[in-house]
Amino acid sequence: MPAEVKKVATRASYGRALVELGKEHENLYVLDADLAGATQTGMFKKEFPDRHIDCGIAEADMMGIAAGMATTGKIVFASSFAMFAAGRAFEQVRNSIGYPHLNVKIGATHASVSVGEDGATHQCNEDIALMRTIPGMVILNPSDDIEAVAAVKAAYEYVGPVYLRFGRYAVPVINDRPDYSFEIGKGILMREGKDVTIVATGLCVASALEAAEKLAGEGVSAEVINIHTIKPLDEEIILNSAKKTGKVVTVEEHSILGGLGGAVAEVLGEKLPTKMTRIGVNDVFCESGTAAQLLHKHQLDGEGVYARVKDFLK
Amino acid sequence: MTTLELQLMANEVRKGIVTAVHGAKAGHPGGSLSAADVMTVLYFDEMNIDPKDPKKEDRDRFVLSKGHNAPALYSTLANRGYFPVEDLPTLRHLGSYLQGHPCMQETPGVDMSSGSLGQGISAAVGMALSAKLSGYGWRTYTLLGDGEIQEGQVWEASMFAGFHKLDNLCVIVDNNNLQIDGAIDEVCSPYPIDKKFEAFNFHVINVADGNDVDQIRAAFKEARETKGQPTAIILKTVKGKNVSFMENQAGWHGKAPNDEQYAVAMEDLKKVEEALCQQK
Repeated sequence: MPAEVKKVATRASYGRALVELGKEHENLYVLDADLAGATQTGMFKKEFPDRHIDCGIAEADMMGIAAGMATTGKIVFASSFAMFAAGRAFEQVRNSIGYPHLNVKIGATHASVSVGEDGATHQCNEDIALMRTIPGMVILNPSDDIEAVAAVKAAYEYVGPVYLRFGRYAVPVINDRPDYSFEIGKGILMREGKDVTIVATGLCVASALEAAEKLAGEGVSAEVINIHTIKPLDEEIILNSAKKTGKVVTVEEHSILGGLGGAVAEVLGEKLPTKMTRIGVNDVFCESGTAAQLLHKHQLDGEGVYARVKDFLK
Repeated sequence: MTTLELQLMANEVRKGIVTAVHGAKAGHPGGSLSAADVMTVLYFDEMNIDPKDPKKEDRDRFVLSKGHNAPALYSTLANRGYFPVEDLPTLRHLGSYLQGHPCMQETPGVDMSSGSLGQGISAAVGMALSAKLSGYGWRTYTLLGDGEIQEGQVWEASMFAGFHKLDNLCVIVDNNNLQIDGAIDEVCSPYPIDKKFEAFNFHVINVADGNDVDQIRAAFKEARETKGQPTAIILKTVKGKNVSFMENQAGWHGKAPNDEQYAVAMEDLKKVEEALCQQK
């Protein structure tokens, strides 16, 4: 990636998108659990103090309050770190939001290792796996600023529960093009190729593109697919690419268990058994460090993805 | 409704509870019977609802936080005219719209799905907050078990409700003193319940006989008149009330009567009805 590439943390995109939506829609409310500064819902609070409710450090209660508000017709974004939104409040999300299929949007920031210095307790590598098991839950994991704003707006328009995943770490803007469009459940072909398919999500899409560029220099043609919607999964785009290349690599800033890699393996295993490998956080707890160091250590940066794909193709 | 009419209706609600649980061959009769009187007062006297228009926008809301008392909610709704009383025995059957725990998408009149303890009160708080934010005049009621308040989420929700001065919220605790593993003060005592809610900035009303419809009615009136803070009504009740062999028996928390026991229970309730009718 050239040094001049613009970088934005998707949590900031979340805060900005909420403000934009708040201007248009009076029925939009934002809940937070004492993290308004970090989740960036503070921007919305500043603009619309009457429509931002801080529930205090009580994520379970916040999810229930969001559910109750949703039954009265309000559209609520409930925000916290992924660890607490999907982890601590899992059962509230399942039973109070998922089971009654209420129109609540869960804005989960600070996902996975790019949280960095806070360390393992705050690096949620399990949220996608957890949320995937809730029937009817839509899961959006945008790759950059532009996609994150689009995802928040799409989530607002969609009727039903949505889990949105954002990061703390500033990531390159990769979708700044006129023909960009976001549709829930529709993967995006970022780069065509014929030798291997790299299916990536979140900040790993940029890593996959970087890796593909490097591979191209060595004569390897990698196709890169951006899966911003983990559920419902765009099976078609994955199957079509797998049919073409015969080799699939998944890349995600999440545990290799139950996330994008799991979802793709399930589809390929049943419909088109294909040689594949999963890049993600292996079955381990991580540790403190800078986001860049941790992404490098877990081979989630461009260099890491490149090395892993090369290894896979041997 | 007169006191006697409410008492007779509560007795009908009890018959429906016993019939539903017998039909299901499973379920929770004990706590449903202890709550039959408050459920009757809520749906036949206190709440602004319309069984012909279950989702009317300005209705008062009810959340059964102690979701396992679904038989009490269903029997009350059926007797109130939301759906046929004859359907009560389909409780918990495959394909029935009467799920083991309340499901708002399946059952007319159910304002919130519930069943996992501690969660209903948060949803009720969300409803009350929503009404406050938008200036709606309707009220929100939620019924909790006394064992249920061992769940930490109850206190998260209470802290929020007290802090936000949700005087349109009425939290009711069915204090029948029994939970699955025994007496609540032997399992993990939540007492003093009133002091706890007071500490969370609630107006607290202790109802000495929580199975007395007049005492319940008076408490709701006081709650409605209380401004600037939410109300907690603590009902001292009898688990298994009016079914001789179920009264004060923790064992009848989650067990269905067999055919013989069902006959005895219905006979007990018939006697209650006869005694009430003699007052006419």
